[in-house]
Amino acid sequence: MGEPQLCDLSVPGRQGIRFPQPDVPLSDLPPAGLLRDELPLPEMSELEVIRHYTRLSQLNYSIDTGYYPLGSCTMKYNPKVNEETVRLPGFAYAHPLQPVETVQGSLVLLYNLQEWLKEIGGFAGITLQPAAGAHGELTGVLIIRAYHRSRGDHKRDKILIPDSAHGTNPATSAMSGLRVVELKSDARGNVDLEALKLECDDTLAGLMLTNPNTLGLFDENVEEVIRMVHQAGGLVYGDGANMNALLGIVRPGDLGIDVLHYNLHKTFSTPHGGGGPGSGPVGVAENLVDFLPGPIVDVIDMGDEETPPLYGLVQPPKSIGRVKAFHGHFGMAVRAYTYLVMHGAQGLRQIAEMAVLNANYLLSRLRDTYHLPYDRVCMHEFVLEGRWPEVPDVHALDIAKRLMDYKFHPPTNYFPLIVHEALMIEPTETESKETLDTFADAMLKIAEEAHTNPQLLKDAPHNTPVGRVDEVKAAKELVLCCGVSALDRE
Amino acid sequence: MFTPHTDADREAMLRAIGIDHLADLFKVVPAKHRFPDLALPPAETEMEAVAELQNLAWANESARDLACFLGAGAYNHYVPAAVDAVLRRGEFLTAYTPYQPELSQGTLQAIFEYQSLVAALTGMDVSNASHYDGATAVAEAVNMAYANFRGKRAKIVLSPALHPQYRQTVRTYSTDSPLQLVGDGPESDLNAGPEALLPLIDGETALVVVQYPDFFGRVYDYTSLAEAAHAAGALLCVAINPMALGMLKTPGQMGADIVTGEGQPLGIPMSFGGPYLGLFATRKEFVRKMAGRLVGESIDNRGQLAYVLTLTAREQHIRREKATSNICSNQGLMALGSAVYMSLLGKNGLRQVAELNYHKAHHAAARIHDLPKYSLWSGAPFFNEFVIQCPLPVAEINDLLLEHDILGGYDLSQDYPALTHHMLVAVTEMNSHEEIETLVEALREVSNG
Repeated sequence: MGEPQLCDLSVPGRQGIRFPQPDVPLSDLPPAGLLRDELPLPEMSELEVIRHYTRLSQLNYSIDTGYYPLGSCTMKYNPKVNEETVRLPGFAYAHPLQPVETVQGSLVLLYNLQEWLKEIGGFAGITLQPAAGAHGELTGVLIIRAYHRSRGDHKRDKILIPDSAHGTNPATSAMSGLRVVELKSDARGNVDLEALKLECDDTLAGLMLTNPNTLGLFDENVEEVIRMVHQAGGLVYGDGANMNALLGIVRPGDLGIDVLHYNLHKTFSTPHGGGGPGSGPVGVAENLVDFLPGPIVDVIDMGDEETPPLYGLVQPPKSIGRVKAFHGHFGMAVRAYTYLVMHGAQGLRQIAEMAVLNANYLLSRLRDTYHLPYDRVCMHEFVLEGRWPEVPDVHALDIAKRLMDYKFHPPTNYFPLIVHEALMIEPTETESKETLDTFADAMLKIAEEAHTNPQLLKDAPHNTPVGRVDEVKAAKELVLCCGVSALDRE
Repeated sequence: MFTPHTDADREAMLRAIGIDHLADLFKVVPAKHRFPDLALPPAETEMEAVAELQNLAWANESARDLACFLGAGAYNHYVPAAVDAVLRRGEFLTAYTPYQPELSQGTLQAIFEYQSLVAALTGMDVSNASHYDGATAVAEAVNMAYANFRGKRAKIVLSPALHPQYRQTVRTYSTDSPLQLVGDGPESDLNAGPEALLPLIDGETALVVVQYPDFFGRVYDYTSLAEAAHAAGALLCVAINPMALGMLKTPGQMGADIVTGEGQPLGIPMSFGGPYLGLFATRKEFVRKMAGRLVGESIDNRGQLAYVLTLTAREQHIRREKATSNICSNQGLMALGSAVYMSLLGKNGLRQVAELNYHKAHHAAARIHDLPKYSLWSGAPFFNEFVIQCPLPVAEINDLLLEHDILGGYDLSQDYPALTHHMLVAVTEMNSHEEIETLVEALREVSNG
């Protein structure tokens, strides 16, 4: 049976935490017209609150409890030490608007993280402000627009997005007023050079390139693609969601990518938190540094033999402006910093190598049973078809749901759109060979079940707290909160 | 570092793949750029990393070391121990977005309850699963209003007393759009209340945005502003401080169409600016226009009550370039933290802590106002933040306050050139009577030079 809702756990008169009595004389309250009549929040003891949320947590699947081969999400282990360092009082109790002299620790941390992310990606400048990957994309596209505008180049309103790119790319471009043109992939999963050539004209603002793309393939013509866009006067945006495959392997900036967002919550081990917060720093090439959102951290006084350098906040001269309040998700920066200092250059390369090894190994175990539409060495992930012609009723969704009965989180399914019944699998580097083998065994068993007992898949999952949920009913009836009246039972 | 592979594992895996060397997996990468030497500091063990981070943290003087009277959008409040205990559970912390409802009922129900709590607190019908922060929530409200009128109304009226960083964020978001942002220019009368915005509202106006309490701490009833906006066919957005709603009239009661806010006061540490929580609530009729994730109630194929992400057809991954926002993630963990906070305090606790803030701030304001050479800038009602006119530039005063281990208020001249000697002071339940007295005495000493 499910966990009761908060509103049903409320009993008038209970309170989970108390505050001290005022130690100052009381003042008159504002006029009654400015006060609220009722405050319909639940009333619970601390133990009841803890039990409620603990029970809810137990209904969740998580990295700490099981394997998550979720394509393009990089569900790697989130080291526990990150959760210690972020809570150090000097960080947790620092106000974002303190005088810079009082927060040199935070600023040095942000400065070093900026420097390291520049080095890892091959960029000249970086902003840590964007709150998530999609937010980083928006920032990057605004920078591209500002660059063209600063050159008086107002015709450029077209952005090219390959059909193997990440799902947020089109919405991001539209938000910044660009015309989206989708670019086909060729038979090997690369950007189609002929299609690209046709679009390379003087209205081209840029290309949004996910490399490795959502098929898990590194574009074989990446340098040629970038050269063609540059030659037409456009810039290349790199979607860095798949950076886990490239750490210490190749720097996107060296390939000619002009702007790229990182996902600290994928590549650099900050937790996904059930949907956020993320963090999406953006790196840029030399010619775009002046357009970065401000402020960024820099040395504002070099100091001398006696005094250390002073770090402060500076506004880039042609900045696109702020994309959020304060300095970005500092807590995520602390976790990523902790992760980076524990790896160094060799450690980072090992992350990518083991991520790619794991993906290719898992692929080798599954490729004879599941159709592989693009048959190449993959990077950190790969995409299979979740269908067999002889059992047309079985879909990728059914395979995904049946995996839950084997205690696995399913792969990303129905994405990318260019593969029918896609199952997009990203093992990550933190999983052992035994875990991959157990997962592969389950996938092979499910393929067998699909042929011998397809209903088992259609009805799956069987062993989860709830079964398949009626999404149509949810959207039609639209119950989005326990009623205010139910919450307030006095 | 966190890779479990033994040499034997690697060999077995390479053999299964059918290659001899790891490097063979990367032949597709252009040779001249393959395997760069990265100039990064050498790897540290966990023990060394903790020591390095500890040293950096010690280099800060935080609100643990200083008496904090700084607010301006981030506040030093007490966070009950139970909040972090819940957030540290790996089942919440390391879960993915709840796209698979069968494996995510914990996150889904917690977000559903968060939506309920935010709706109840703001007096609105529905809340989404959250935006990034208070600033981007306002930017999303602007997008939503523009889309609501299908681009036919391009004027957005921004109160000059809306947080400067929120206004900057709105400007960045709308750089390449036809939106016209008015109301907060250098000529605006900062002393005036919301009535100063009335002449700007017309048939071209899509949205009016005000803050509650406003950036200067003032509390106004926006009922007549809402009426004026509605009479012109426009919408009203109120950006709130949720803790103030522990005692104050709700924006829902005033007729707001959209309520945004910075959820940080609800149990989220200041953490040098983030991650925080973008509150976003609206009225029923606009639910399909609202961006961001939403959790709804339904049933499963076993007839049980179950929760699921709903109205996903509005979102970027389905509507692609036709979506009004590209938002994908929400602040899941911070939303959860605020829900635990609101559950712990409940209706009486939130009122209690709100009133504690109110009384301490009013006591501090009265004591400072009584000092020679200092005075309260506004006579309007306020909650836990207020502006004082000082005898010296605020930066100078703050330097001297630091010598008394006091983190002084926000220097308004940074954003408002007219407010040269004006300090925005925040007082919360964390400021003891003694701290307030120390501040008052230090201000007196400073003014005596």
